[in-house]
Amino acid sequence: MYRKQILKKFNPALDNILYILHDLQDNNPEHYLAKEDIRVCADYLGVPYSYVHSVASFYTMFSLKPRGRYIIRLCDSPPCHLMGSQSLLDYLKKELKVNVGETTRDKVFTLELTSCLGACGVAPAMMINEEMFGNLTPAAVDAILEKRRKEL
Amino acid sequence: MNLVRNHVLISIDAGTIMAGARAVEKTLVDEIASQGLTDEISVLETGSIGATGQGVVLVVYPEGIYYGNVTPQDIPELVEEHLLKGRPLKRLILSEIPKQHVIKKEKTGLLKEQPRIVLKNSGIINPENIDEYIAENGYEAIAKALTTMTPEEAIEEAKKSGLVGRGGAAFTTGMKWDFARQAAGDIKYIVCNADEGEPGTFKDRLILEGDPHKLIEGMLIAGYAVGASKGFVYIRGEYALSIERLEKAIGQARQYGLLGDNILESKFSFDITVMKGAGAYVCGEETALIESLEGKRGHPRNKPPYPVTEGLWAKPTVVNNVETLANVPEIILHGASWFRGYGTEKCPGTKVFTIIGNVTTPGLIEVEMGTTLRDIIYEYAGGIKNGKQFKGALVGGAAGAFLGPDMLDVKMDFVNLKEYSAVLGSGAILVMDEDVDMLDMLKSVLHFFRHESCGHCVPCRLGTAQLVKIIDRMSSSKGRKDDIDKLMNIARVMQATSFCPLGQSLYLPISSSLKYFGDEIRSRARQ
Ligand SMILES: Cc1cc2nc3c(=O)[nH]c(=O)nc-3n(C[C@H](O)[C@H](O)[C@H](O)COP(=O)(O)O)c2cc1C
Ligand code: FES
Repeated sequence: MYRKQILKKFNPALDNILYILHDLQDNNPEHYLAKEDIRVCADYLGVPYSYVHSVASFYTMFSLKPRGRYIIRLCDSPPCHLMGSQSLLDYLKKELKVNVGETTRDKVFTLELTSCLGACGVAPAMMINEEMFGNLTPAAVDAILEKRRKEL
Repeated sequence: MNLVRNHVLISIDAGTIMAGARAVEKTLVDEIASQGLTDEISVLETGSIGATGQGVVLVVYPEGIYYGNVTPQDIPELVEEHLLKGRPLKRLILSEIPKQHVIKKEKTGLLKEQPRIVLKNSGIINPENIDEYIAENGYEAIAKALTTMTPEEAIEEAKKSGLVGRGGAAFTTGMKWDFARQAAGDIKYIVCNADEGEPGTFKDRLILEGDPHKLIEGMLIAGYAVGASKGFVYIRGEYALSIERLEKAIGQARQYGLLGDNILESKFSFDITVMKGAGAYVCGEETALIESLEGKRGHPRNKPPYPVTEGLWAKPTVVNNVETLANVPEIILHGASWFRGYGTEKCPGTKVFTIIGNVTTPGLIEVEMGTTLRDIIYEYAGGIKNGKQFKGALVGGAAGAFLGPDMLDVKMDFVNLKEYSAVLGSGAILVMDEDVDMLDMLKSVLHFFRHESCGHCVPCRLGTAQLVKIIDRMSSSKGRKDDIDKLMNIARVMQATSFCPLGQSLYLPISSSLKYFGDEIRSRARQ
């Protein structure tokens, strides 16, 4: 039902597709675009399901797989790489016991890599959902994860 | 009226918010109130002051004292010592501040040494308040254009100024506008490219966060010059604060009649819509961006036709970078010859650089075109961190060029760098010290391109995958004798045959890294 509410906010014009997909994904409890999300978007815009799927799969901010409550997007572009993102990646993998693209068993964290977030002044950087973090060290990452776990 | 004794500016940008600026601001306001100083001391939000990685930053005027790494716990002491007793709190004073930020409010005389055109207001005014922008001569340029200039004259002024695009391709802005003006059709568009995805670049974000009205005014002038009545700003989805501030600014401009119908009672009407991207580097390429705006996959288009004749919804469209447009109001206001007083003959004006990596004070600076790399690193960014030696820099982002120590005295502008087979690109400067492994850096660049290749054309899709395979085995000491030749060959083929500049641009980082650091890369691959 909530999907109808979302669609109503936008004109059924194709140039709204990214906004609609962002909104559907943000409101999906599993933080991804489910088949149902794609279907309602396609129906609303009057385009084939395959069209919406092809758009959704193109952009890295959209996921077609269920994700955890907190989506960690660690930057691995050259500036963050220079400032040590690789060791953070190793640390996150070990700490969360997942590989890139996977979600922890308890469905709390999903680990992703991203290209430059425009936070290179405080590299290495990452985002968790909408929030940006910089000057990261394993200890800082620990504290951030711990805080999220406590919020559950 | 109360006389305000001190202004405390608090830098609120994505970086300082990360460091807890909102909590510091709240504590500060509360503390000032509880000391009964509310009438004497005003707390103002502003954009980035340029320094990054210094935590929450406050500036106290009129003294012009910069505090860094401020926490809510520091506030009572700071208020008591500095604001009540007038004794600056030494332990929090920032020793390393971006040089050009030592500005006095009265701007005369200092402008030549510290040119600020694009960032004139950033870190000084409250970006969420249109009145503060107006107080700094904001929206005077559009008023001047509407009342004293024809659109052709505005284009002429832009041409004479010598302003070229700051998004990387360095095309003359006035000419681009002229083509769009001359193109057939009644409906035309201005699109602002704020998709900023070039690794190491965050200048557009800080312009948007620090002075969004400047962009709006630049777009208005472009719209008037070209004959467009609709503008779009395509902002990358991760830039939440930029989107929020720009939308707020647009709302205020509408209220003041500076956007909408019959602006300033003229015949000119213009409005702006913000579009949020969804994460794809290639969407920074102008035709891919247009596809994305139309609600499609962000694949680049064939050129020609160029956007100026057939762009958004097949209408004549000007695509300009944020920084390019932010230059426009000052050019119209002060004139082309004023603008030409900055920079070099062939590249007038300033450039906003993001200087990052192994430097003492990473951040954002605006300097004249033609400033040397050495000055940027040693004068503005405090030199190499921890007293180490400079080894190299990657200039212009991942699609840019590596430069070695013998290039430190190169003048940084679009024309001059080209002579050295390098590019200014987006203005990102990633500095590497003596300890950095260049093979590892090149590997990171190639991984970036593999990830961001959009898959549309074969040379780029397969080429980037092959390049990554080769560099991975080189860096895990399983390199083969001809691997370096292979890298160069693939890069050459990609440069010649890729559909869009993304695949073509890989040649530059590969060839330049081998040019300056070939021996090291070769011996590293053999180990
Ligand atoms: C792969 C690729 C990525 C690009 N990314 C950006 C970008 O993030 N921002 C930008 O302004 N221009 C970017 N450009 C350049 C644009 O295509 C275009 O030249 C520019 O927006 C024109 O504006 P200007 O004339 O004001 O520079 C990119 C180009 C390519 C090929
Ligand atoms: S390179 Fe990581 S945020 Fe820019």
